[in-house]
Amino acid sequence: MPQAAEVFKNKQSVILELWMKNQLSDIGLRDDLMSNEDLRVQSEELVDVLVSNLTEANLNDPQSMDFEPVLEILAGISVSRAKQGFSPRETGAFVFSLKEALFEVLQNELQNDVATLYEQTLKISRLVDNFSTVTFETFIRGREEVILRQTDEIAEISTPVIRVWDGILALPIIGTLDSARTQVVMESLLQEIVETSSSIAILDISGVPAVDSLVAQHLIKAVSATRLMGAECIISGIRPEIAQTIVHLGIDLSNIVTKASLASALKFAFNTMRLEVRKKAGVSAEK
Amino acid sequence: MTILPLAKDILKVYKEQDVVLLRNRVKERAVKIKMGLVNQTKLITAASELVRNMLRYGGGGEVVVEVITRGRDNGVRLVFKDQGPGIPDIKKAMADGFSTGRSLGLGLPGTKRLVNEFDLKSEVGKGTTVTIIKWANG
Amino acid sequence: MDRIPILKMGHFLLVTIQVDLYDRLAMDLESDLIRMVNKTGAKGVLIDISAVSIVDSFMGRIIGNIASMSKLLDAETVVVGMQPAVAITLVELGLDLPGVHTALNVEKGMDLLKGMIVADDVEELEEDDDTALS
Repeated sequence: MPQAAEVFKNKQSVILELWMKNQLSDIGLRDDLMSNEDLRVQSEELVDVLVSNLTEANLNDPQSMDFEPVLEILAGISVSRAKQGFSPRETGAFVFSLKEALFEVLQNELQNDVATLYEQTLKISRLVDNFSTVTFETFIRGREEVILRQTDEIAEISTPVIRVWDGILALPIIGTLDSARTQVVMESLLQEIVETSSSIAILDISGVPAVDSLVAQHLIKAVSATRLMGAECIISGIRPEIAQTIVHLGIDLSNIVTKASLASALKFAFNTMRLEVRKKAGVSAEK
Repeated sequence: MTILPLAKDILKVYKEQDVVLLRNRVKERAVKIKMGLVNQTKLITAASELVRNMLRYGGGGEVVVEVITRGRDNGVRLVFKDQGPGIPDIKKAMADGFSTGRSLGLGLPGTKRLVNEFDLKSEVGKGTTVTIIKWANG
Repeated sequence: MDRIPILKMGHFLLVTIQVDLYDRLAMDLESDLIRMVNKTGAKGVLIDISAVSIVDSFMGRIIGNIASMSKLLDAETVVVGMQPAVAITLVELGLDLPGVHTALNVEKGMDLLKGMIVADDVEELEEDDDTALS
């Protein structure tokens, strides 16, 4: 009686055809994300590696080192799918439909020996299930990488340092301030102060939903660090409810220049730099 | 998550000039794992504080500089070991404003704020061991 | 033995720290500088630390000492060019150098010093080519 490993070796091309048929007839096929030719290349590669590494012995042992090349290819496929935007179901279907193809081939060959068929099917099932687990694990890891990259991007985007005047920087903070974010904010602010040799920086917190003692501490740190470098830091955009919380929490901001709006902070900055903004005389004479 | 060591150096620090060597070695390791400039500075400053304590109170000792990893994170672990008199009251030593020497009294708690992990073990008459970890993106 | 050079520029002393400090070097700087302030009757001290990558609590304390001691000898101290990473680290360490004036660079530090001493030392300053109010 032929064994599974041997059967698959002889029927490699049949497996590929069956598998392709399964995949192409699946309603979840994403030919918008990947062409059928590419899918075929991927599938062929995987079948080839699986069949050439499968032996009678390691069929019983899904954890065998022999499957390393198979898992490597699977991991590569699943990470790239995660990044292309395939759903977990679609990625899972890729492996599950292989299982069906393998069963079908096995069934055709062993239809006269139900006992062997059952035993071999069970082993194949276990093996392919292990492949699926690895596929999901790497799929999620791929997604995590995407999320991490986006987190970095958001952190960068959300802290623009604006040069409002020669020597005056403004940094509008939008969203919650935690220690990681404060670190990024502080670093980009201080770096920009050095680069533009600005003597005044305005931190506008009108976009910060709440100020608790931790956030206040972060702000105080940013102000102290700016001062150590030889510039002055003003905090603007203090809403009435924020002023209330600050006082209720007993946070001392008396050593920090605070202003209600960015406009008044700018006015203060102009004053410090001995600049004056005036309305032009005779504007009406213009045509 | 298990922490695995990747590279290890042992430096002996018994005089002040050794401190510069230690700082350079720590910097080298931090740069190698692509630690950001601010975190590098925090780590080296922490090392500088601890090594001064070791020289002043422990009569010098040994520093282990290790590159470590825990999955996708890499970091630097420093172990400062002396055979000095030890610290009788660790809790007091870790409180802001406490000092027995001529420093500003923010050595240990300040140092703790600069790193991700800080561990202090001390036995009176036997010596003190301080272990710190700074992750590359921590 | 290393020593950090101290330059005399008009009424001011300028110290540019180009090497990473260790304790002995910092302590020598403290005593050299105070001796120089006394000898030259300088009105201001500028310490340029733009090339310094590490300032720990001991060196921070030395800088604070220099400022307080100079003040006793009627000279103001301005620390210029602190790197962002150093500033962040010092704040985290809990050292914000109260009583020390700071400026972004030597030029701004010089302006700051001139502004601070202009009130009581007008006639002495007139020898300077620059105006104090610029």
